[in-house]
Amino acid sequence: MGTHFEADRRQSEGNLPFEWLTRLRYRRFSTQMVGEILSKQWADSLVPAASMVFVIILFMILAPGLFTAANLSDMGRQLGEFGLVSIGMMIVMIGGGVDLSVGSIFALGNLTALALTSIYDLPPLLVLPIVVCLCAFVGLINGILIGYFRLRAFLTTLVTLITVRALVDVLLLKFAVQISASFYDNPIWDFVGQGDVLGIPFSMVVLIVIAAITHVVLSRTRLGWHIMAVGGSRRSAFNTGIAVRRTICLTYVVSGALAGLAAFLYAARLGNSGSYPGVGMEIFALTAVIVGGTSLGGGRGSVAKAMMGSIIVLLINLGVVQMGLQSGSGQLFLGLVLLTAIAVDVRFVRNKDKILSRLYMSPTYFRLPAPSDPDDPSSPYAMNDRLRDVDLIGLSQLDGAEDVIFDADDNLYCGDRLGNIIRFDGPDYKTPKVFAHIGGHPLGLAFDREGVLYTCVGGMGLYRVYPDGRVEKATDQTNRTTFSIIDDSRMRLADDLDIAPDGRIFFSEATVRYDMENWPSDALESRGNGRLICYDPRDNSTRTIVRKRVFPNGVCVEPNGKSLLFAESWACRISRYWFDGDKAGQIEPVLENIIGYPDNINRASDGNYWMAIMGVRSPALDLALRMPSVRRRMALEVAPDEWLYPNINTGCVVKFTAEGKILETLWDRSAENHPMITSMREHKGYLYLGGILNNRIGRVRLPDADPDWTGPASYWGQR
Amino acid sequence: MRPIGLNLLRSRKMGTQEMIVFLIFVALFAGFSVFLPGFLNANNIALLLQAVSVLGILSVAMGVIVIGGAIDLSIVALMAMSVAWTLQLINGGMPVPAALAIGLASVALVGLINGFLVAYVEIPPLFSTLATAGCIYGFGRFVLISQDTVYLPTNLGVIEELGKGRVFGVPMPVIVFAVIAAVVGLLLKYTKFGRFTYAAGDNRAAARITGVPVRPLIVAQFVLSAFIAFIAGLVQATAINSMNTRITDSLLVYEIILVVVLGGIGLSGGKGGIRNVVVGTLLIGTFLNGMTIMDIQFTTQNAIKGLILLTAIVIDQIVNPRDEQTSQQGDI
Repeated sequence: MGTHFEADRRQSEGNLPFEWLTRLRYRRFSTQMVGEILSKQWADSLVPAASMVFVIILFMILAPGLFTAANLSDMGRQLGEFGLVSIGMMIVMIGGGVDLSVGSIFALGNLTALALTSIYDLPPLLVLPIVVCLCAFVGLINGILIGYFRLRAFLTTLVTLITVRALVDVLLLKFAVQISASFYDNPIWDFVGQGDVLGIPFSMVVLIVIAAITHVVLSRTRLGWHIMAVGGSRRSAFNTGIAVRRTICLTYVVSGALAGLAAFLYAARLGNSGSYPGVGMEIFALTAVIVGGTSLGGGRGSVAKAMMGSIIVLLINLGVVQMGLQSGSGQLFLGLVLLTAIAVDVRFVRNKDKILSRLYMSPTYFRLPAPSDPDDPSSPYAMNDRLRDVDLIGLSQLDGAEDVIFDADDNLYCGDRLGNIIRFDGPDYKTPKVFAHIGGHPLGLAFDREGVLYTCVGGMGLYRVYPDGRVEKATDQTNRTTFSIIDDSRMRLADDLDIAPDGRIFFSEATVRYDMENWPSDALESRGNGRLICYDPRDNSTRTIVRKRVFPNGVCVEPNGKSLLFAESWACRISRYWFDGDKAGQIEPVLENIIGYPDNINRASDGNYWMAIMGVRSPALDLALRMPSVRRRMALEVAPDEWLYPNINTGCVVKFTAEGKILETLWDRSAENHPMITSMREHKGYLYLGGILNNRIGRVRLPDADPDWTGPASYWGQR
Repeated sequence: MRPIGLNLLRSRKMGTQEMIVFLIFVALFAGFSVFLPGFLNANNIALLLQAVSVLGILSVAMGVIVIGGAIDLSIVALMAMSVAWTLQLINGGMPVPAALAIGLASVALVGLINGFLVAYVEIPPLFSTLATAGCIYGFGRFVLISQDTVYLPTNLGVIEELGKGRVFGVPMPVIVFAVIAAVVGLLLKYTKFGRFTYAAGDNRAAARITGVPVRPLIVAQFVLSAFIAFIAGLVQATAINSMNTRITDSLLVYEIILVVVLGGIGLSGGKGGIRNVVVGTLLIGTFLNGMTIMDIQFTTQNAIKGLILLTAIVIDQIVNPRDEQTSQQGDI
């Protein structure tokens, strides 16, 4: 070990080639935003948006005639109709199905609208509900067959497509002549077909209204969430009690109704009783929805995407016609676009999370001076064997006691990985019993003046447990940082806490970028991802007080009541933060370049502080911290199990003064009983040790300590 | 709870459905023979057989794909465009063998692409073949073929016998159908390719773990079915003296699926055989012919076809319910 540190020291003194450049590059231009933007929900829309812009520019060059004012108005109306059909298709596809019958339903709606207006002379306001209901009824048939009878969506709607189309053909033979012979004059009907609202074609207005409603329903209401859930995983949706069959059935009804509405607009616009309306529309709509980025198989999609897809498909369609290409070219291009879109969906979108989780990590440059060598007897961290003979409490009955604490009656408390607060009754501390169940892994613990136990729960936030075992959430969100891309208002990894004399609770959140189980990723980044937060129980407010700290961990309020000490694990330092008094808001260094990763800090009986070092630094990782590109490549190319991790298996306990002078250390050199330490509490002449990976609590006698000193008394005075 | 009758139907599995379809065919045939004047004469029967042969050949191709667990919606487009192109090349003066070779090569290429998309890119076959159908037709009309309908050249020689010839009074298309059905049937039953096709169709993941080269296998199935489709197209073109590329837009591909599903090849894959295709072809052929003789309007025929297909799918769903545990996301 000694030679390693020696080698590291030599290396640390020299610079790597172009290290100043690396430092500059990573300090000035952080890439963390890339991963954060890509992991946003709305990032999915970037690809279709880019494709849309590309297609628009392409046809501006290839077919400039497409974008004249008259064409644009007509295109707006076509988009209004086609967009409605696409929205219907999208809803069905989000629910995990597909609706090929939209084209035939559209044709049926068109014919019905024309027949009712021209032949039966009904007013348009009466025709509209009839047409929509009829088309919704065809959708209902689809829905019953697919939703309730579990038939295959593709083939079933194919059958509806054939059958309804045949029906339309039969009806056409009957009515076509009459329709084209009669003349229907109605101002409302003309307005629906030709009118503008504020210069926007009426169909377009209808589309905008429907799109807005659909967006709200899909993203903000119970029904929309049910559809998403059913499409995402039918079985899970069923198990959570969602009426899966009804939900699926409903999507087809909506799709049919929207196709009917589109047909009504189309009928008013063109009055076309030919046989081709709606032919092939299902392929167009399907292409539009998939090009927009809605996944086959459901669960993913949005109105905005469907709209972008519709614009792309419509433009390709009209553009090819405008360019006067031979027949067949439209089908060829659409087929190719569809194939590409599905291939992208299948190969990329479904594996997006996997790819993103690797792109998300963004290491930065971080350099520490070489640490002192614990094998050197003159080092302040010199090794010893004082933890060899610790007493063990709750051996094999505990699982992950990150922190330990005593109440005023000498009872011992700790958290465990199963989400419980465990209590050992004093004075023998033999039997653990579950004091309270929280549900997440309790990390830091602290008692307030009234004996209420506050705890930081990883992934959940700050919780309090009353003396009768009642659990209550104190806070789990804070103010969001103004320009942060990820939503940092939720707490992901609240870590350790302490309580000021006025009752305010100061706690650390180790990182806002990763969840608890992914702490190694944060270590590899070694950026200031963490923060200090203050919760004030008096007005129940929470606000972030210090940002951009490197894995803030232990927090300890100093006896002056105006400042606190906090540890930054990966930065290997301890700082003082003044929250009150003359220096309020200032941060000053206390102890830097520690030989390991500091964890919790707690008061000692002699006015100094105990600090747990959860693991000792390794030269390899220290070097890697100076080479961000190496860590980035490692994250991309190496399995997580093989990464360079910070060691958190061997550490020690250190006592230091408020000025940052190290007084003594406690090691377990043989690493048998208690090498892994994340916390320690002094209590009546003993030091109790917790470790997040341990199945025990350690207890070691402190010969020189005040045998009557207790934590609660130190904080809140003798009772 | 399912009705007892359905349980019985399920308990005896595929043999029953094949039998039922066959009995319906016999009943239908008998009924038409008695009640439809002009149904049961040699001419009509020959016509019927000839008409269903192309459907039957295509159904054999589709059968292989469906047994392998996929579906091919581009088969009609492929048949139409490849044969139309071949005929156009011959009309343009290319020697017959060269044109045929080019036609075969082109269908092989399309089969490879289809197989690649399904097996390697893992696009659900319904969607990939739907898209390739559009591409094939679009590419054919855009680049290769200038007219909707390509007429039969006069110098085809022996190829022309595929559609027009007779052997011992039996129309040649029927014989082609019989030969292809027999060859593919034997292939499925007695070769490694065939057994692997069943295995992969039944459970792709399990087959893959067992060591079956599932991906090349799927490509091979698509190439095989493309070749068969080309032959079907030749039979069709020589029988009616032209190839109308508009057939792509017709309901033919759904009739093919109808034959396959009705015959008893479950759409979930791995079940059924060529016998099912033959039985299905007989029933649908008889039915279509009967409707034509009854002078039922073409559009009404389509509606009726749709309803029968729906019934077939419902029955397929009941007899071969999809397994919630193995059904994949996007398997729609």
